Amino acid sequence: MESLNQVMLRNVFHVLPELLWCGFGVMLMLLQPFVKSRQVLTFLALVGAAAGTLVTFFTFVGSAFSGLIQFDTFSLFFHWLVGLVAFLVILSSDSYLQRENLDGAEFYALVLFATTGMGVLASAQELLTAFIGLEMSSIASYILAGYRRDSIKASESAVKYFLLGSFATAFFLYGIALVYGVTGSTNLAALSETNSNGTLMRLGLTLILVGLGFKVAAAPFQIWTPDVYEGAPTPVTALFSAGPKAATFALLLRIFSTVHAATDYWFWAFWVLATLTMFVGNLGALVQNNVKRMLAYSSIAHAGYTLVAFAAVTSVRGDPEAVAAAYAAVLFYLASYSLVSVGAFTVVSEIGGQGERYLTYDEYAGLGTRQPFAAAALTLFLLSLLGLPITAGFFGKFYIFKAAIRSDLVWLAVFIAINTIIGAYYYFRLIVMMYMREYKGTVPADASHGMSPTAAMVVAVTALITLYLGLAPNHILGIVLSQPLILSTR
Amino acid sequence: MALNGHLLTFLVFFPAAGALALLWLRGDDEVWIRRFALVVSLVEFLASLLMLRAIPIGASGYPMEEFAKWITSPPINYHLGADGISMFLVILTTFLTPICVLASWQGIHARIKEFHVMLLLLEVGVVGVFLSLDMFLFFLFWEIMLIPMAFLIGIWGHDRRIYAAVKFVLYTMAGSILMLVGIIWLYNATGTFDLPTIQVMIHSGQLVLSERTEMLLFLAFFVAFAIKVPLFPLHTWLPDAHVEAPTAGSIILAGVLLKMGTYGMIRFCLPLFPEAAHRAAPYVAALAIIGIIYGALVALVQPNLKKLVAYSSVSHLGFVVLGIFAFREISMQGAVYQMLAHGISTGALFLLVGMLYDRRHTFEITEYGGLCAPMPKLAAFFLFVALSSMGLPMLNGFVGEFLVLLGTYQAHWHWAAWATTGVILSACYLLWSYQRVFYGDITHQKNRELKDTSARESGMLWALSVVILWMGINSPFFTRRFAVPCKAVIEQMNPNLMHEAAVPGVGVRGSGLQAQNSMERLARH
Repeated sequence: MESLNQVMLRNVFHVLPELLWCGFGVMLMLLQPFVKSRQVLTFLALVGAAAGTLVTFFTFVGSAFSGLIQFDTFSLFFHWLVGLVAFLVILSSDSYLQRENLDGAEFYALVLFATTGMGVLASAQELLTAFIGLEMSSIASYILAGYRRDSIKASESAVKYFLLGSFATAFFLYGIALVYGVTGSTNLAALSETNSNGTLMRLGLTLILVGLGFKVAAAPFQIWTPDVYEGAPTPVTALFSAGPKAATFALLLRIFSTVHAATDYWFWAFWVLATLTMFVGNLGALVQNNVKRMLAYSSIAHAGYTLVAFAAVTSVRGDPEAVAAAYAAVLFYLASYSLVSVGAFTVVSEIGGQGERYLTYDEYAGLGTRQPFAAAALTLFLLSLLGLPITAGFFGKFYIFKAAIRSDLVWLAVFIAINTIIGAYYYFRLIVMMYMREYKGTVPADASHGMSPTAAMVVAVTALITLYLGLAPNHILGIVLSQPLILSTR
Repeated sequence: MALNGHLLTFLVFFPAAGALALLWLRGDDEVWIRRFALVVSLVEFLASLLMLRAIPIGASGYPMEEFAKWITSPPINYHLGADGISMFLVILTTFLTPICVLASWQGIHARIKEFHVMLLLLEVGVVGVFLSLDMFLFFLFWEIMLIPMAFLIGIWGHDRRIYAAVKFVLYTMAGSILMLVGIIWLYNATGTFDLPTIQVMIHSGQLVLSERTEMLLFLAFFVAFAIKVPLFPLHTWLPDAHVEAPTAGSIILAGVLLKMGTYGMIRFCLPLFPEAAHRAAPYVAALAIIGIIYGALVALVQPNLKKLVAYSSVSHLGFVVLGIFAFREISMQGAVYQMLAHGISTGALFLLVGMLYDRRHTFEITEYGGLCAPMPKLAAFFLFVALSSMGLPMLNGFVGEFLVLLGTYQAHWHWAAWATTGVILSACYLLWSYQRVFYGDITHQKNRELKDTSARESGMLWALSVVILWMGINSPFFTRRFAVPCKAVIEQMNPNLMHEAAVPGVGVRGSGLQAQNSMERLARH
């Protein structure tokens, strides 16, 4: 019989990453009055992000806190992902904060708090725990969105995000209440046993889907995305497009792979969401003239591609191998998209200059000669987003295609194809700008500065990962596929 | 062999190594960069000639093969292979690349290093496409080639270069993404991307496709290839891309890139989906004939010399498609021959047009006239190349067109009858344009002082002319080497002739029983 202390200790082991992220966040806030050097704070934040990520090597798989938390390979994967994203975002925001003359400690603390929330989301096995994780990451995100206080756009971004986000969380909570009302439990393990398929259960699950759909910016719940992404400080936008999105997708995957009530209904829900999201995202991106907004819309589009794999999962429930392949597609896609997106936004952040002034397509003209490194890296990221070989995005899209065709979702595959061609236009347009057009007029003096070393490091790392995943997707897929993900698949 | 049987890998990646070296060696010395690129491409050309020795005449299957595991799930392998058809297309590519480097010696001045890097990367993609036997690998190289070409057009092209580059990218992407869907569909049905294995599975009856599925798959591949060829009515990107591209871009585009489409038809569409190909043949042939005549008629009325050559490509490639879809051994050989001949002749025509452009900075035919007097050498070369392009006997163009028409006539005489008008029309537009450019009075004073060909230009033109003449006289040197692969494709197409030897390549051989079943299945159709 384990003593209470032993049980507690074991429980704590399963949430060590969260504790470390959170602990470093608190420490940074406490240190702020005493440490004046931003470099030291950045360093501490980086150590915190790295420590929380690396400690996952010492945690072990299992369930904790009476089944509230399930730490398995699936959550391990997402802990690595959000931890890496947090690390890269912190590294890339160092120069941004200096340029904008913003305070470091709070910023980093908020990033770490948000990451904590994402970690909880990735391993939550119980809906209310998931809700707490969602709130932790959301509230930190609301503040981060408005971190540039003197900018009107940032304030707009924060308010919009906060109002709509709270609304969506309410949906999520109401959905949980209904599910609880029907089944008498909020634990996913218990919910997987239930067979209730009534209207109320469906309504509850729909509300949960709406709430999470908002967080991953799936159409028709995507309206907030472009404005929030545009107004938020660019490193924060990088975080938004990668971390919370991946974590929310993780939760979505966990819920809908365990709660099987109304399978057909899920299939069509994901089918419609995926189709709408792809088209809205790509058509929206097509008409943008601001690179940050274009990337925001493209982020919506990529959520759509990911949702295709969800539809594939729900339609092949009977075939465990196909399900595993579809899961793998989701995980690979999220990993590749998140890292590419962080890289792309980092470049945009550096090109933007002080006050984020240089964001339109026109200001990217001639970048290929002015800043060869930034332009080459951004080209690589754009090609990856477009899904051309030898980049991570190519394999991401390839696996999604494969999952869709394997599940006989030929129409969705055709929609991806159409959307890829739409995407080719607007991504390639930016490449054209950088390499084939000259800057109109004279280049402003502050627009031709090079990248800061830290940002360059982030860009180099993400570019290398993009190439690595594009040449040898084996390793990460091995991780994803080696142990069957501990998600109960009935 | 010195390369220990890794010649194919060397051929694919040597230009990439050269491109990397160019990027790393930060020389600002322009001449040095050009020389370096020239040496790399020449070494590549000489290495590709080794294939002639490695691939014996009359060998079936793929005499040269390389295989390595790459990705385990899904099983994607690094599988290269060459037979007579791909060998000559690779040699054509490696032959034209040094010419492209030389052709840009004076025309290109901006961002020289990047230009040559793109040119070499393009070579990687094209050679990779011709050598890949794994469908996934094929697709990979197919897509890799897209970006360098778009950059070549978009950065170093003429006035409307960006429009042309974007159009090129969108057209090609549209086709290739459909092909990707087709490739993945085939993978899901067979569990492999390996082309020879799938071929065996289809012909041994292990993989039975319903009529509708086969047609859809055929179309998924065919449309991608037809855009590249380009087949009427998917050709509209071509005139823009050609006119806007720099000379080197046009040479490689017309010389090699278009052949990727026809090569794909021979390698994928026909062997994998024989019945669908049979059913589609009349429609494809109709489009090819329309392309032949339409391309020639538009070329006839072009005021722009480069566009004229571009439309002549549409017309000539129509012959290739016609030859492929006539399903006769002779016409298939003719098609392959025409691919090679067109690569040389049209490459040379674009080179000559580029030389005129270097001197006068215009493509308008009316700006020229009477050029024979100031530049007799260039005029002589132009005439020689134009004659070869219109199919004068003893020169390379004649062999291909003749074989295609001969084979097509055996199959459907009226197809051949229509297509022959294209031969006549090609004589019209080429000779007429030649007359307007080189004969008559000199109407523009500037044209009086034009310099004749320099030593560098003469060298390139001599090299091309010798090949043109040699291909015209000694055509068996080529046809002997790709006769067997052509025959294999045709035998797979015609079920009555099918026997075990017709199935090339490695992989699982269907058992006798399966082969018998498939014979019966095929006989029912």
